[in-house]
Amino acid sequence: MAKTVDQYFDDLRGTRVWRSIFRSGTGSSTLKRALAIQQNVFLHLFSTKVRSRMLSFSATWYLGTLTLSTFLILVATGIPLMFYYHPSAPQAYADTKDLQFVVSSGLFLRNLHRWSAHAMVFLVFAHMFKVFYRGAYRSPREFNWVIGVILLLMTLLLSYTGYLLPWDQLAYWAITVGSNIASAVPVMGEKIHFLLLGGNAVNANALLRFYVLHCMILPLTAMFFVAIHFWRIRKDGGLYSHDSEPATVRATAPAAATPNAKEGQ
Amino acid sequence: MADSKDFTAGVDSNAKKSPRRIVFITRRTSAQVKADTEDQVQTFPEVLFRSAVAVMVLATVLVWVALMFNAPLEGLADPSHTPNPAKAPWYFLGLQEMLHYFPPVVAGVLVPGLVVMALIIIPYFKVNIEADGLFLKDRQRRLQIFYVVALALSVFLLVFKVYAALVPTLIMAAVMLLASQSSPQSPSAFRRYLAARPLSYWVMTWFLFELVVLTAIGTFFRGPGWEFVWPWQG
Repeated sequence: MAKTVDQYFDDLRGTRVWRSIFRSGTGSSTLKRALAIQQNVFLHLFSTKVRSRMLSFSATWYLGTLTLSTFLILVATGIPLMFYYHPSAPQAYADTKDLQFVVSSGLFLRNLHRWSAHAMVFLVFAHMFKVFYRGAYRSPREFNWVIGVILLLMTLLLSYTGYLLPWDQLAYWAITVGSNIASAVPVMGEKIHFLLLGGNAVNANALLRFYVLHCMILPLTAMFFVAIHFWRIRKDGGLYSHDSEPATVRATAPAAATPNAKEGQ
Repeated sequence: MADSKDFTAGVDSNAKKSPRRIVFITRRTSAQVKADTEDQVQTFPEVLFRSAVAVMVLATVLVWVALMFNAPLEGLADPSHTPNPAKAPWYFLGLQEMLHYFPPVVAGVLVPGLVVMALIIIPYFKVNIEADGLFLKDRQRRLQIFYVVALALSVFLLVFKVYAALVPTLIMAAVMLLASQSSPQSPSAFRRYLAARPLSYWVMTWFLFELVVLTAIGTFFRGPGWEFVWPWQG
């Protein structure tokens, strides 16, 4: 009797090696499925259960998930782009040209990175407004909203620092226009401007600074806050915690949709 | 012992007739009392599967866009040759549009700083948590404040000739005026909706409106010298 693919997969999951890697073991009982989340270092940030109301598309438009996926695409395309890029002027421009015309799939990599970055900025804004209009910033999730605002600023900074890296006219003058705003800060404006650019104008020092910020400091900081952001969703009672909805929404919610006050273990 | 009639509870709330009563709780106050399990699903596999589908749909769209449209790449950076206009990335063009009207310390520092501050403090204000319709309570005083603020803002924008920001402000003020004349018992669903909108809703919607309009103008309607152009005059 031939085995089905599912059976082969079950056999694989039953092997000693597999079980040494995934601590929760196999099986489709509710307990095992809960453990699959709870015993995984990445997934344990999330709740083991989610309110079914949350799964409808209209509830969240999946904007948080989509924002995360643009971030993952940006990491996945950004690392190979770094292999072909020297953060020095004018070599950076030549490398970008090479990516466009010489490197295999370099054009595609750069395109995907660029459009995903624009998509991420758009999705972060959309996510913020969706959360606001849903009233999901209410207690006990005030601080997760604040972390969200920090992540919005991180996203803008990530996109802005990446904007300079091609070292073409578009990049150079966009960063010049943007960084001149820093000079307008009262008293310390010129100092901040100098600190940001490593000089009085956009030059090779600025390129190196933006590169380090874009590829190291900002992504790591963003990941740090994203982890807290996800973990706080679970700690604050999960998505669509009934307690945090306004009285008017609670009053009109369907009777079946009453809260579980003890959510968020 | 009691006869069976004593147990027909839930129909009669007269204490003298039937001493065993059921507590009737209106829905508005029931959240604490009826604490019960809401319908839930396992994160694994239900939610993870749906998330994976969402990720794949987005990835497919982005890959398609990346195959169809090339990212812009202009000539080598040249500090001695300024393009006209020199534009910031699109998400900053709302700010750049404001720089056209106000000094940098206002448009570049004060306004964005205040916006970030305002976003952070949203959940810490009681008026945002209660979320009652703006004009439902204390109507006269709130209407007066609304008139003063709307008028002051409009005059301010008019004096600085910021028509791009003035028009959305006037439209929002008109809608808010309609909201103030709407009652929660109105037969029109739209009027009921307007009447129930809280203060935070109006402020945020005004902000969103301004953000979209200013960004769109900065992106599509500004040419050399930051003069107004039509998008097709590129």
